[in-house]
Amino acid sequence: MLPEIGQFSLILALSLAICQAVIPLVGAHRGNAAMMGVARTAATGQFLFVAVAFGCLTYAFLSDDFSVLYVANHSQLALPTLYKVSAVWGAHEGSLLLWIFLLAAWTLAVATFSSGLPVAFSARVIGVLGLLSIGFLLFAILTSNPFDRLVPAAVDGGDLNPLLQDPGLAIHPPLLYIGYVGFSVAFAFAIAAMISGDLDRTWAKWTRPWTTAAWLFLTLGIALGSWWAYYELGWGGWWFWDAVENASFMPWLIGTALIHSLAVTEKRGLFKSWTLLLAITAFSLSLLGTFLVRSGIIVSVHAFATDPTRGSFILSFLAIVVIGALVLYAWRAPSLDSEAGFGLLSRETFLLLNNVLLVVATALVLIGTLSPLVIEMATGGKISIGPPWFNVAFLVPTIPLVILLGMGMHTAWRTQKADTWWRLLRIPAIVALVLGVLIPLFVYGRVSILLVVGCAAAAWIVISSLIQPLRSLWREKGAAGITRSALGMCVAHFGMGLFVLGVTVVSAFGVESDRALQPGDSIEVAGYEFHMIGLENVQGPNFNAIEAEIEIREGEKFIATIRPQKRQYMVQKSPMTEAGIRAGLDKDLFVSLGDQLGNNTWSVRVQYKPLIRLIWLGAIFMALGGLIAISDRRYRSGKKVRETAPDTASDAAEATA
Amino acid sequence: MKRLLVLVVSTLLLSTAFAIDQGEKFDDPEMQARYEKLISEVRCLQCQNQSIKDSNVTLAADLRREIARMIEEGQSDEQIAEFLVVRYGEFALYRPRTTGKTLVLWLAPFLLVLFGGFALVRVVKHRMSLPIGDESSEEG
Amino acid sequence: MNRFAWPLVAVCVLLAFLALGLRHGDPRALPSPFIGKPAPQFELPTLKNPEVNIGSKTLAGDYALVNVWATWCVMCRAEHPFLLELAANKAIPIYGINWRDSRREAIRWLDDLGDPYLASAYDEDGRVGIDWGVYGAPETFLVDPEGTVIYKHLGPLDPTIWQREFVPRMTGGGQ
Repeated sequence: MLPEIGQFSLILALSLAICQAVIPLVGAHRGNAAMMGVARTAATGQFLFVAVAFGCLTYAFLSDDFSVLYVANHSQLALPTLYKVSAVWGAHEGSLLLWIFLLAAWTLAVATFSSGLPVAFSARVIGVLGLLSIGFLLFAILTSNPFDRLVPAAVDGGDLNPLLQDPGLAIHPPLLYIGYVGFSVAFAFAIAAMISGDLDRTWAKWTRPWTTAAWLFLTLGIALGSWWAYYELGWGGWWFWDAVENASFMPWLIGTALIHSLAVTEKRGLFKSWTLLLAITAFSLSLLGTFLVRSGIIVSVHAFATDPTRGSFILSFLAIVVIGALVLYAWRAPSLDSEAGFGLLSRETFLLLNNVLLVVATALVLIGTLSPLVIEMATGGKISIGPPWFNVAFLVPTIPLVILLGMGMHTAWRTQKADTWWRLLRIPAIVALVLGVLIPLFVYGRVSILLVVGCAAAAWIVISSLIQPLRSLWREKGAAGITRSALGMCVAHFGMGLFVLGVTVVSAFGVESDRALQPGDSIEVAGYEFHMIGLENVQGPNFNAIEAEIEIREGEKFIATIRPQKRQYMVQKSPMTEAGIRAGLDKDLFVSLGDQLGNNTWSVRVQYKPLIRLIWLGAIFMALGGLIAISDRRYRSGKKVRETAPDTASDAAEATA
Repeated sequence: MKRLLVLVVSTLLLSTAFAIDQGEKFDDPEMQARYEKLISEVRCLQCQNQSIKDSNVTLAADLRREIARMIEEGQSDEQIAEFLVVRYGEFALYRPRTTGKTLVLWLAPFLLVLFGGFALVRVVKHRMSLPIGDESSEEG
Repeated sequence: MNRFAWPLVAVCVLLAFLALGLRHGDPRALPSPFIGKPAPQFELPTLKNPEVNIGSKTLAGDYALVNVWATWCVMCRAEHPFLLELAANKAIPIYGINWRDSRREAIRWLDDLGDPYLASAYDEDGRVGIDWGVYGAPETFLVDPEGTVIYKHLGPLDPTIWQREFVPRMTGGGQ
């Protein structure tokens, strides 16, 4: 009964989405307040019905309802409860429902927090979001219904893919999707502005917090995915440039460019059409990502096992959305740009550099992901483009970017006097350069050009991001403090610095070693001794495992005991590796079991990963910075940005934001 | 297509029953380093996007063994790459070899940065020629 | 054309390409690099008789199928009846390469299910499999009388595929 209610709820949600899309958009066109008022009500209604559907699916999992095909395929009686819940979004149909749910949630949030927006504008935004909801709901109802029945019902299910039976699955997709879907808000803001023809600094001010919010969730989602792959897949890598990873990374890169471009548009009313284009592109890349992952067009460990028919639907939807947006863009953009100028050394120039380099990076990721397909279709020959190409290609725009990052933060809008600028930055620059040599040389024992560049860049960004916050701490009483917007920027950039340091050090100084071990044997890696004490059988709720007890010592000192496992899940029968990790901010010691080589002998892979946690810690700081920026007072005041004179002291302080 | 998937998966699952040697291959650290680098850049053809370094399926182990043998015999990295390409095509290498087709690929980063740079120079020059003004003269 | 229309043009090109890509077929299927080239040289002991060797020389002189199989391969069992049928009809000589298998198990398998092969080579360590670019069983190669590989099929062989892909390539001899 409940699955049918769920299905019916989806259909009701669809009809509400149609109301939500059509009525407010027509109403905004005609200036009809009643029609525009429908937006909020319809959005609330759609959210409620989608929530009901989502609830029904979740309940089906929790109550082991194997008469629902989706549940029968992805759950099992013995599956722990946490995974029964996260299995809801563990495969195509359910994750699509999650997408729809989050889109409805974002829409409701916009409807709730849009009191400061003009009615016509918010009606258009919610209308556009409604159009997007229609597309996804149709996709679900017509091709990917999670509520299809299995008759006769299965006695027990096919179990969730063991790789997904991990707390990481509980959080990674939701976080990621909140970000992915969140870019639809910036997209809707862009479309609404293009429809009405009004795009000014106020528009940028409204769009910024929504975009930053989506961006910070996407940051967390990607970081979590990387961390999860690291400890779950057992080979110690944290990024493989796999097509699905790239599909989430491209919107992030453009989203970052968008945040920075919005800053210029809000501050100076410049780059309006460029900002619009970025907003359209960010969400289009989200949709493209969905297409790549669910169409069967590329090969990936992460790809959902779906098919070209669904792929056609998504592609058509993508085509309608993007072409529609770009037609609007071609129509409206020519009339948009202002005639304000700026000097060579100015914040505007640096932000422009930021955008150019980020767009180049995105283009490279796209090229690397799609080229094998292009080449195959053009010549019939298949090639692979993997980390060896991506790692090199990606560094080309990124190295300049990180160096410029530290400079741009301290450059004034319009024009910056070179001598004051240099006076501020020269000592940090020198210190960074020195640290760039010292860190690899004295902490890890080796230098190279790339190492120095990486460590110096990281130090440079870290020091540079600390300047403003520290100054604000030590300011005189009564002087303006740092705004949250500026503080958020510093925290986020600080996180970037940590990230760069982590990547540089672990790539250069990480060590790994494979050895066949028996109880009593040891292996030495990077000055640590890994001693296998014993092997034993353990039983989990739905798996059997061999667990190795491994003691880590540094000389005489005992460090830790870790227990890597090799699991065999009872239903799906695929073997799984659970790594044993001794984690720390300064390094990870990582052990995973390979294959059984004999009665009591296993091949063991041991890895030493210095500073690897900084990669994810850096991402957390980036997200935190975004959060701080959103909480800035000017977004909560609800006042419109004055178009002419600066209104308060906070505006003057914002000269540095 | 679905049968193909089942076929490959069944091959994959059953092959993990085989014992696979993963010990240190070489005493010479230079050869070991070469070995590690090569196996991280060769695709596991039975897998869904993994290198033979990170995969435990039979074919991955067999290829690792062959590569180790070739290093022992003194073959160069290019010869080893050629060995793989003759048998499996360019698809087997994660690092696209620099041929006519892929030259563009390797040049792409620089070409794009250059192109972006030109665009940027044009925009900045244009903006430098406009009145910079101050806050009060700003319009929406 | 107004310069703001360029993104639209670029996107249309991309979308068209993706639409074509959808029709393109299985992204995992790897075409054999040996098509149109001489079959890889090999010589291995036979499965049933370790003293006797078969190899590339054995194939020469007539069209032949080289079928890579193993007892642990589920789909090989599925295609086996059809191979027996081909052998019974003397449609084409079939040689097997028993890939990464246990000799004892393999012989027993053939005894139980029937042996469509004129002979099977026993590739214990998989080196010949690698030489032929094998990456999943079953794989079937069509070799012409001069020893050139004309076609490779990944997956189980069935009458439809046989008629559609193999038979046309055999008639009109020496393509």
